[in-house]
Amino acid sequence: MNTLEITKDTPHNKLEEKAKKTQLSGSQAVLEALIAEGVDTIFGYPGGAIMPIYDALYDYNDRLKHILVRHEQGGIHAAQGYARTSGKTGVVFATSGPGATNLVTGLADAMIDSNPIVCVTGQVFAHLLGTDAFQETDVINITTPVTKWNYQVTDASEIPAALAKAFYIASTGRPGPVLIDITKNAQLQLFDYEGYTLCHHIRSYRPAPIIRKSYIEEAAKLINQAKKPFVLFGQGVILGKAEEEFKTFIEKTGIPAAWTIMGLSALPTDHPLNVGMLGMHGNYAPNVLTNECDVLIAIGMRFDDRVTGRLDKYAKQAKIIHLDIDPAEIDKNVKTTVPVWGNCKETLPLLTELVAETQHEEWLQKFRMLEQEEINTVITTELQPSEGEMTMGEVINILNELTQDDAVIVTDVGQHQMVACRYARFKQSKSNVTSGGLGTMGFGLPAAIGAWYGAPERTVVAIIGDGGIQMTIQELGTIMQFGAKVKILILNNQFLGMVRQWQQLFHDKRYSFVNITSPDYTTVAQGYHIPGNRIEDRSNLREALMEMLAHDGSYLLEVMVGRENNVFPMVPQGSSVSEIRLK
Amino acid sequence: MEKQEYTITLYAENTIGMISRIAIIFSRRKINIESLNTSPSEAHGIHRFTIVITESEEVVRKLCRQIEKQVEVLKAYYNTNDEVIWQEQALYKVPTNIVAEKAPIERLLREYGAHAVVIRNDYTVFETAGHREEIDKLTEALAEYNLIEFVRSARIAIIKDSEGFHKKLKEFEQAEPIEEVVENEYLDKQDKIFTM
Repeated sequence: MNTLEITKDTPHNKLEEKAKKTQLSGSQAVLEALIAEGVDTIFGYPGGAIMPIYDALYDYNDRLKHILVRHEQGGIHAAQGYARTSGKTGVVFATSGPGATNLVTGLADAMIDSNPIVCVTGQVFAHLLGTDAFQETDVINITTPVTKWNYQVTDASEIPAALAKAFYIASTGRPGPVLIDITKNAQLQLFDYEGYTLCHHIRSYRPAPIIRKSYIEEAAKLINQAKKPFVLFGQGVILGKAEEEFKTFIEKTGIPAAWTIMGLSALPTDHPLNVGMLGMHGNYAPNVLTNECDVLIAIGMRFDDRVTGRLDKYAKQAKIIHLDIDPAEIDKNVKTTVPVWGNCKETLPLLTELVAETQHEEWLQKFRMLEQEEINTVITTELQPSEGEMTMGEVINILNELTQDDAVIVTDVGQHQMVACRYARFKQSKSNVTSGGLGTMGFGLPAAIGAWYGAPERTVVAIIGDGGIQMTIQELGTIMQFGAKVKILILNNQFLGMVRQWQQLFHDKRYSFVNITSPDYTTVAQGYHIPGNRIEDRSNLREALMEMLAHDGSYLLEVMVGRENNVFPMVPQGSSVSEIRLK
Repeated sequence: MEKQEYTITLYAENTIGMISRIAIIFSRRKINIESLNTSPSEAHGIHRFTIVITESEEVVRKLCRQIEKQVEVLKAYYNTNDEVIWQEQALYKVPTNIVAEKAPIERLLREYGAHAVVIRNDYTVFETAGHREEIDKLTEALAEYNLIEFVRSARIAIIKDSEGFHKKLKEFEQAEPIEEVVENEYLDKQDKIFTM
């Protein structure tokens, strides 16, 4: 009997082989990549050029939660908030052209504040690139200065590797935002999907520098010899997940430690060695004593000009030890005596091992003495005013009490931000979400939505000024639709307060365009089916805050505070940190 | 700190947009690039950039760190002119009749080591290579003989103490074997593609 013998070379067999390979569209490959990377939440806004990905998302609904924001800027700030409270990488989808350009502010914010973000933007068909096609913009070139890395995909087969690189780059070393721009043809194109491989290394990319033990030994020697050592810590401690290592280090050495606003919550507020906030509106003692310490140990912070004031008068008397994962930060602003490159989770234990167990009681007392001066001159009046208009500080003070120092506090930008950072108290890390480096008004509300998705079991309070809330107020719609349980606390002083304060102090009270009128926020909230309240009287404050916190869901509370209250202390711009003004 | 000429030599993956990414680092700080050359390096898939700027050492050092921060940059070095061997190339187009008639031109070209690349009835193109000052001097001299056109290349430079990158590259390669790189299909195939 003649039978047709199928050999390895027959066309039939080849077809079979082909059938074994999974055919996926580029869009499906994007979603498979997200699942493989452990993503569960995406913030985004659809549009023509990203429609194939959204079409595929329809079938992934059970594995990927998509939060439809009301503006792409809201999407990326939400992703930032999510990343900051969850410690994971935030993901954003946007369409081409205006969708992608609306991400730029958030990208810049995430870049300067080192937030791990992966943005996926749709792009016009590859054959239309560079033709000024409908909704085409050169997203790669626009976003280059504000991304850690970006890449344009024009062929579906590139997608798995591009996304694997994106997640690896965004989350490793000093984290940052990454953007992958995918042309529409690549989203639609079918290709042989060979699975997803996580990226662990890239030839040209060194996430963390090599740790040099000789420098750690030198640093330890300086610390052991120091009479008045002082620690400044920033977000690097949180990003490095080094809170415990950090605490062990300061407890062994007995060194007073002050924080930047990005480092806030890395050390519990009530820790005996926590001496407060650095910088322009920071605490009196750490600013003054920066210019008296003999060894300054900067950990995961970047000597921002808001922290240092005048550089030529900054800690000139001190030997500087700088621990940072980013070698470019060493010597960038402040000349370092001993650099300690590396992730502080690894370098701190090595340093702790070499330092002597010490107490610096006398030195610490100096901080406490100056702190008392600040309490007498500023803090008591701010937190416990007996009469007059309500202060922002007293609102935060009662909030601390009611939340038992355990809420996630998200702030917008301005006076309320500085007050919240100064007075909010924290028990656990990753509890403070703010726009530190870029100072982005409009950040607070969407970031709070993301913060809640990152830590849904916690109470999330968004503290926002009457200026900032109006920049991204449309995100109330997102809260309404998706039920994010965000407590929105508007501190309304009927001014763009921080600019007004500067105009008062440095521009002869010429209040140029800082008067801002507000809508009836509770009515606006009501329109979004969010309950709310507005109070003008101190006697209602506690009860109103209690009602807000007790409500099972989102809630908006507007508190009318003093119109021309100022945030003090203050280091005037162009002054040295030790010239900090108490009033 | 005093400003002087520095040659930055950087090695980066040969990817689209690299020049733009590097250029932004300079333009953002309002630093003018005096000369920029990019070419494939001795390592597969890695391009070498030679950038000349006039700045203080502190600024150049910080710039190199920022450049090295770029994901696709492997290494950036900076050197003073004493620490590199450098050249620029120049092409000069002069009317052939003048070259033929005026004996001093011939002497001039010999003096500067220039030689003819193309000789036509209407013009002759000479080529020379050297330091900027030498090229400038020849340009100045030829200007008197109806110089029609002149072009000069960016600087190319070899670091005298050149052990650095080779060693580094080996380290990089050990840590991460080379990736599949989509190479320029025309590279090294000039003879087959371009004909005069």
